[in-house]
Amino acid sequence: MDLSSDLLANALVAGLLLGGFYAAVTLGVSISFGILDIVNIAHPAFIILGSYLAYLLNSRLGLDPILASVVMLPAFYVLGALVYRIYHAAFERHGQESLRGLAFFFGLLFITEVMLILGFGVDYRYVTAPYIGPTLHLGALALPLRMLMPCLTSLVLFIGLQVFLSATFTGRAIMAVAQDQLALRLVACSPTRIKRIAFAISIATTSIAGALLIIIQPVEPSIGREYIGRVFAICVLGGLGSLPGMLIGAMLVGIVESLTSTFYGPSWAPAVAFGFLLITLALRPAGLLGR
Amino acid sequence: MGSRAFLGVCGAAAAGIFSVALLIGNDYAFFAGYVVLQFIVLAQAWNILGGYTGYVNFGSAAFFALGAYAAVFLHKLYPLPLPVLIAIGGLVSGSAGLGMGYLTLRLRGAFFAIATLAFAVVLQTLVVNWNYVGGARGAYVIRPDSVWLVGSYVHYLFLLMLILAAVAVAIARAIERSRLGYGFATIRDDELAAEASGVPTLRLKLVATTLSGALMGMAGAPFPYYIGYLQPSSAFGLEYAVNSIAMPMIGGTTSWVGPLIGAVLLGSLQQIATVTISSAVNLLIVGLLLVGFVIIAPSGIVGLVQHGWPRRSAK
Repeated sequence: MDLSSDLLANALVAGLLLGGFYAAVTLGVSISFGILDIVNIAHPAFIILGSYLAYLLNSRLGLDPILASVVMLPAFYVLGALVYRIYHAAFERHGQESLRGLAFFFGLLFITEVMLILGFGVDYRYVTAPYIGPTLHLGALALPLRMLMPCLTSLVLFIGLQVFLSATFTGRAIMAVAQDQLALRLVACSPTRIKRIAFAISIATTSIAGALLIIIQPVEPSIGREYIGRVFAICVLGGLGSLPGMLIGAMLVGIVESLTSTFYGPSWAPAVAFGFLLITLALRPAGLLGR
Repeated sequence: MGSRAFLGVCGAAAAGIFSVALLIGNDYAFFAGYVVLQFIVLAQAWNILGGYTGYVNFGSAAFFALGAYAAVFLHKLYPLPLPVLIAIGGLVSGSAGLGMGYLTLRLRGAFFAIATLAFAVVLQTLVVNWNYVGGARGAYVIRPDSVWLVGSYVHYLFLLMLILAAVAVAIARAIERSRLGYGFATIRDDELAAEASGVPTLRLKLVATTLSGALMGMAGAPFPYYIGYLQPSSAFGLEYAVNSIAMPMIGGTTSWVGPLIGAVLLGSLQQIATVTISSAVNLLIVGLLLVGFVIIAPSGIVGLVQHGWPRRSAK
C-alpha cells in the first residue's frame, strides 16, 4: 500500500470510530425528537453536563469516566423525568409545544451553558483513564483506544436500547406512543407516563454520551453548540424514529467528517453535518430508513 | 392611525430621543443606547417570523453576523458610505433567509428551527476559514473620526440605528394591520386550515423569512464600525440569538409593542447588569427570564397588562 491509500484507510477507520461515538450522542435525540416529537435542542447541553460530572468524579474520586457515567445514570433519568413533567404541564397539555416549547428548551440550553461557565470557567477540562493514549496497530491501520472505547461503549448502548425498544412491553409502548395514543390507552397504558419514561431514558443516555465526549476530546461549556447541528442532522439523515437508520447516518457523517478533516483541514469539519442536513431535507425528508 | 402617519410618529419619537441623548452629552449614553436600539431591530425582526407566523429562528446571530461581515468585506474592497453598507447587508441576509426558508419551510416547523441553529455554526466555520475578512483572528475596521453634518462618528452610528429601529417598528406595525399580517396570523394559528382556504402559505412564509433576515442583516452591518474590531466569536455571539428570542417572548409576541417593550427593558437591564455585575450573570438572567416567562406568562408583558395574570386551569 502506498502512502495515500494508507491515509485514506486510516481516515475511513477513524470516521467509523467517530461515527460510533456520534451514535451515542444522537441516540437520545432519536428517542425524544424521532419517536416522541419533542424537539429537545437542549440535548447537547445535557451531554456537556454529563461530561462535567464524569470529569468531577474522575478528578476527585479517580473513577473511570465510563463507570462514572453509569453511576450517574439514575440521576440523569430523574432529571429527564423532571424536565418532561415541566414540559408536559406547561406546553404539551395546552398544545403550545411548537413555539414556546422550543423557546423553553433553548432557554434550558442557555442556562446550562452559562451555569457551567460560572461554575467551571471556560478552561478546557479532560479526564484520565488507562485507555487514553495507547494505540492499537493492525498493520498500517492505527486504532487509538480513546476512540475505540467510546465506539464500543456506544454500540453496546445502541444494542441495549434497540433490544429494549423491540422486545419489552414498555419499549414497544414507547414505539407505539408516536403512532397511536388511543390504542395505547386501550391496553391500559398512560401515554403521558410512557412518554415520561422515554424522555427520561433519552436524557439518561446523555450521561454516557457526555463521558464518551470528554474521553475523546477536552471539553468546555460552549462546545455543545457544535453538536446541535450534527445531532439533528444525523437524526434526520437516518430517518426519524428509526434507530438502525440513525446508526447508519452517524457512521456516514463520521466518515465524511473524518475524510474532510484529513484532506481539507479540521476547521471545515463542522460544515459537513449541515451539508448533510440541507441535502437530506431538500431531497429526501424522510431520511434513509424513515417511516 | 394609518401606517404612514405612524411612521411619522416613529420619526418624531426618534428625533426626540436623539435630542435627549445630545442633551445628556455623555458618549457612553450613545454607546449603551446603540446596543438597546440594535436589540429593538433584532427583536422586531425575529418577531415578524417568530411571533407573527410562529416559526422559530435560532440563527439570529448568523443573520446579524452575515450583515456585519458583508460590511467588513466591502469595507476592505472599496470604501462605501455606511447607509449603502446597511442596505447591502440587508440584501445579503435577506437572500440567505429566502434560501434557507425555501429549503426547509416546506417541512414541519421544527426542521426550520434546527436548520437555523446549524446555519449559524456553518456560517461561523466559513468565516473562520475565510482569511480575507480576518478569519479566526478577526478584522480591524478603522472608523472615521467625524461625519459631515452629524459630527462625532458615535453620534452618527447611534442616529443610523435609531432610524433603523424606527423603521423596524413601523414595518412591524404596518404588517400587523395588512393582508400580509392576517395571512401570517392564519399560518400561526392553523397552517393546514390556512392552506385549505387558499392562503399561499409557502409564499407568505418566504416573505417573512426574507424580511426578518434582511432586518437582522441591516442591524449587523454597522456593528463592525461600532466595535472597531470584529471577531467571529463576537459577531456570532449566542447573546444575539438568545436576546432576539427572549425579548419578544418576554414582551409579548402578538404585536409590535411586545418586542419593543422587551428590547427596551431587557436591553437596558443588561447594560446595567454588565457594568455592575458581570456579563455571564447577565446572560443567565436573560435565560432564566425567558424560561420563566415562557412557562408562567405565555403572552408576555403585553398579555399580563391586557388580561391580568393567566389562569392555567382552563384548557
